[in-house]
Amino acid sequence: MSRSWGRQDAATIVAAIVLIWLMPLLISTYTLTVLVIYGMLALSLGLIWGFGGILCFGQAAFFGLGAYTYAIAAINVGESTLPMILAVFVPALFAALLGAMMFYGRLTDVYLGVITLVVTLILFKFVNSSAGPQYVIGEARLGGFNGIPGFHTLNIPGQPDEYIWGDALYYVCAVALLAVYFLVTWLLRSSFGRIAIGIRENETRVSLMGYDVRARKTILFAIGAAIAGLAGALFANWGEIVTPGLFSLGQSAEIIIWCIVGGLGTRLGPIIGAAGLAYLKFLLGQQSLIDNTLIMGIILVLFVLFLPKGIVPAVASLWKASFGRRSGRKSARRRHMRRVDSANG
Amino acid sequence: MDLSFVILVEIFYAVASLALISAGLAVVFGMMKVINLAHGEFMMMGGYATITAVQLGVNVFVAMLIIAPLIVGLIGLVVERLVIRHLYGRLVDTMLATWGLSLFFIGMATMIFGNTTTSITTPITGFAVGDYQINGYNFFIFFVSAVLLISMYVLLKTTRLGLIARGTMQRSDIAAALGYSPDRIYMATFFCGSALSGLAGAVLAPLVGLVPTSGGAYIAKAFITVIAGGPSLIVGLISSSSLFGVVNQIFTFGISPVFGDVALLIAAVILLRLLPQGVTGKFFKGKM
Repeated sequence: MSRSWGRQDAATIVAAIVLIWLMPLLISTYTLTVLVIYGMLALSLGLIWGFGGILCFGQAAFFGLGAYTYAIAAINVGESTLPMILAVFVPALFAALLGAMMFYGRLTDVYLGVITLVVTLILFKFVNSSAGPQYVIGEARLGGFNGIPGFHTLNIPGQPDEYIWGDALYYVCAVALLAVYFLVTWLLRSSFGRIAIGIRENETRVSLMGYDVRARKTILFAIGAAIAGLAGALFANWGEIVTPGLFSLGQSAEIIIWCIVGGLGTRLGPIIGAAGLAYLKFLLGQQSLIDNTLIMGIILVLFVLFLPKGIVPAVASLWKASFGRRSGRKSARRRHMRRVDSANG
Repeated sequence: MDLSFVILVEIFYAVASLALISAGLAVVFGMMKVINLAHGEFMMMGGYATITAVQLGVNVFVAMLIIAPLIVGLIGLVVERLVIRHLYGRLVDTMLATWGLSLFFIGMATMIFGNTTTSITTPITGFAVGDYQINGYNFFIFFVSAVLLISMYVLLKTTRLGLIARGTMQRSDIAAALGYSPDRIYMATFFCGSALSGLAGAVLAPLVGLVPTSGGAYIAKAFITVIAGGPSLIVGLISSSSLFGVVNQIFTFGISPVFGDVALLIAAVILLRLLPQGVTGKFFKGKM
């Protein structure tokens, strides 16, 4: 079993390296970087929603929190290594507190959605109105609606003057996404991940087996927030400015749309959904005939009505239907495992 | 003395506008269990319908109280037939589909009206109390939402129509066995809910500058009011909007309007944590 996993992983790495190497020939690295970052953001929601069953309407809150943490820390510290670490831990800690409050209160679906939505709104309103000089953290002014510009961007650890930007930033982001992807893969194969999927399927049964559902959900929620925070910090480096728009409802909505379109319960789906839709939006932004939002809305409605499982599961089942018929015990076993794999993720 | 009167009026206004914002959602979400994230956009369209009608020379009250609810109700009807109808009972899917609809409507409004602020003047003039000026329109909003809540209560509680609607929402199969078509009743209820949203948007339109994205300002408030209200429709609406309205105004006067909003949201989070079934899940059980 482990050998087959290993082969799949190797194939994934090779495919990813080829993609990372080939894509800049098609799309400019400046655009690609943000597509990769959005992919990571979508993966963070794909993990907690698709595998943990936690529908978070406020994933943008952790994204924004990561970006703001990075910007504020970078202004105060003057280099980027510590701010990057903080940008992962602060959202995770925030999510752990929020998650503990929600999950230990046994709040479920709708209430969870509303509370995460409301928390995002609170952050948005607060940051949006923090324009005055009294809102200062260290040397960093929060800047209200205008956001925080001019912070120290990513540098090679230990060498504050060696900035990583342009093409180099793209490769850093792409490798980070690959690392996060394998972290998620590893997590889902571990017993923690399997139990998380069990909780998604039947919470009562898992808790009756003696697992602490509340603690596990809280931890999963925090891990998702940490990934979103990392994406936020990378986004801050890409945009070189952070604005309250990162916390907006529109941003949260987009993350959910990416996951739905790409396919829930898969690791690849959210990434593909995010990169594809963000690129589509980029292309649409170059014309002014039809409003962008309108098309995104239509896409979401159509997907919910006609392809509620998303692109990746649909393509996978199509692939299985056309090429999946092989004979012999070995391939039968492999098919079985693929089924388990697709059931688990 | 004057100040306390002004504050009292503002508190009543805050409570009334919260109830008004949430009424349409209370029907669609509270009764039909459809999470309508396009609720804010229904209100936005109500506002645009009013402004367009007024610009075409229609009396402002006719535009607000008749034309806007009708137009938005009809839009709701189309939406129900095309999209929502297929998704009853699938909570998360309705949420996502209506989110898509809300983006669609924002895009539509941007294309038609442009991304600029439109507004009309308030049709009722203000008056002075001591040193303070009070907006007379606040009383109109209070009046409208009081009439609305009372008529909703009477309609649902005492008429045969209300009984059928409530029964269908509880057990649509039994209602069907008794000879009522759940499909039609759902359709009619969704029409009423959308019309109420349109009315709310229309009545509030003179107070705000309308942009295509105005709906976003209402949606969170409406949701937390309805959810915090709990299972009893009208009593829940009144109790939660009173609670949040008072909290909002205390912090608005004490600190600033932004903190008023933030305090409202924090109050909602705390309330939901303590009473996950809403206010009427714990108190006033079994009321309408």
